[in-house]
Amino acid sequence: MKMQNKNPRIEGLSPTEIQEINAEMSHYEDKTAVSIEALKIVQKHRGWVSDDCLVAVAGFLDMAPAQLEGIATFYNLIYRRPVGKTVIHYCNSVTCWMMGSEQIREHLCRRLNVALGEMSEDGEYTILPIVCLGACDHAPVAMVGDELKLDLTENAVNEFLGR
Amino acid sequence: MEKPLTKNIQPDRAFATLADYESTGGYLGMRKAITDLQPKEVQQWVKDAGLRGRGGAGFSTGLKWSLVPMDADAPQVRYLVVNADEMEPGTFKDRLLLEKDPHQLIEGIIIAAYAIQATMAYIFLRGEYHLAAQRLAYALLEARSKGYLGKHVLDSGFSLEIVLHTSAGRYICGEETALLNALEGKRATPRAKPPFPLISGLWGKPTVVNNVETLCNVPHILQYGVEWYQGLARCVDKGTKLFGASGRVKYPGLWELPMGTSIREIIEEHAGGMRDGYKLRGFLPGGASTDFLLPEHLDVGMEFDAIAKAGSRMGTGNIIVLDDKTCPVQMVLNLEQFFAQESCGWCTPCRDGLPWTVTLLKDIIAGKGRLEDLDRLAGLTRMLGPGNTFCALAPGAMEPLQSALKYFREDFERYIVGHYDEVGVV
Repeated sequence: MKMQNKNPRIEGLSPTEIQEINAEMSHYEDKTAVSIEALKIVQKHRGWVSDDCLVAVAGFLDMAPAQLEGIATFYNLIYRRPVGKTVIHYCNSVTCWMMGSEQIREHLCRRLNVALGEMSEDGEYTILPIVCLGACDHAPVAMVGDELKLDLTENAVNEFLGR
Repeated sequence: MEKPLTKNIQPDRAFATLADYESTGGYLGMRKAITDLQPKEVQQWVKDAGLRGRGGAGFSTGLKWSLVPMDADAPQVRYLVVNADEMEPGTFKDRLLLEKDPHQLIEGIIIAAYAIQATMAYIFLRGEYHLAAQRLAYALLEARSKGYLGKHVLDSGFSLEIVLHTSAGRYICGEETALLNALEGKRATPRAKPPFPLISGLWGKPTVVNNVETLCNVPHILQYGVEWYQGLARCVDKGTKLFGASGRVKYPGLWELPMGTSIREIIEEHAGGMRDGYKLRGFLPGGASTDFLLPEHLDVGMEFDAIAKAGSRMGTGNIIVLDDKTCPVQMVLNLEQFFAQESCGWCTPCRDGLPWTVTLLKDIIAGKGRLEDLDRLAGLTRMLGPGNTFCALAPGAMEPLQSALKYFREDFERYIVGHYDEVGVV
């Protein structure tokens, strides 16, 4: 039961990150089980998961970097490229699509002058598609940062963008 | 009409705290189970009540619990896992239960864990459900402070820890064995079955995976009894359920109604019928992976077998309405793009068949299709159908396609024949 890790490669992680990852480890049978949590923790502090961070986390969890990369690229909410301070996830699943999500996407991209996945010039925003956000009775919807925005219209978009 | 699942959801408060929850009889079902009943008796109650899984598959919950090996020589570590990875397009029922009444789920978890004698439970929550995560974390602290979690629940010999795990997002995590891989920190590919998770699940230990809404039913069965629960329904299936409707209806929403409620009542009465200027063309009765049904099926009741007989599945019971101004071919393309994107890529029919399906549909819509493409699509619905893949993702993806080919064939043909007209082939 070697949970605390003294691998030299952990130098890429901050003390806070290491503390948070260790706290997660207590909930699981083995330390590789926290790989996804660990990536999320790093991303929470740094905005995205760089190659260096990925190698550092893999080293900390005694995993091969390639194995962790396979996990990092599998999940929709792990970013392997830099993103804006706020990520706007607009829902493109069936009900939102029927209720006008394409127009919302076009409006968002035009307003921020970005294509999907790009960072806005001021580094504030990235727009990404996301699957059904479980609010179909208020379609179309989007998640702005952690916050769900319902019944979207172009005006509502202007309002939360403040521009 | 009794509404046990939503009785604590009130417009004048954000969510039900522990005090709110206990003021309407909350945690009495748990007390009864742990104080008065043996684990096997709890299993029997839930089996007799007729509760069937609300995640879509509809398997008997009590029967599932009773299949967990619990003899003296069986593995002594067992897990309960809550599938809170709601991501079926068109489905928005579990989010309500999680955000508005988290203690109802926690009580259901405690009773279920007691029934299978699991001392560890994981809630596998969608990463995007931030508000639900906050409310659950708060409710777990409240429950712990009352001695409902931790060592010696209610001073009994039963102990339980609940861990809240938030996912990093992928539809396939809703498949129970893929979910277990995700919990173990791996890519969420499904596992070959058998062995089933009941025998060898999380870290190789017997594991029960139950949906959020399923577990929310359990406290009420224990508190009010089997007969009361059976009396809630209007059909052979028992209890109430959260039914929903989205799309161009007047009042999209979610309602707790008896099992067996007709689709007509849900769409016309509760959702107020179609918006002005729109007609009902068809609907998916229970999420993206269910077959289309037509207005002629409106009088079918929301019960597992009746909907199967009509040619679809009840799925999650959240109806997606197709109106007469939305093109069914483009709607199917949207659905197939979703499934193609969310395929985990583990088995070939799904990994390659779904992008092929998308390409064919895009070509048809772009006017580059041929009539043979419709046969090719029909062939794909068989190749990706049940029995050829490790999990239900691809067969589920084929359900709206195969029924669209059956009911809306002229819409497909119009794209193809229209193009032939243009280039003078016809």
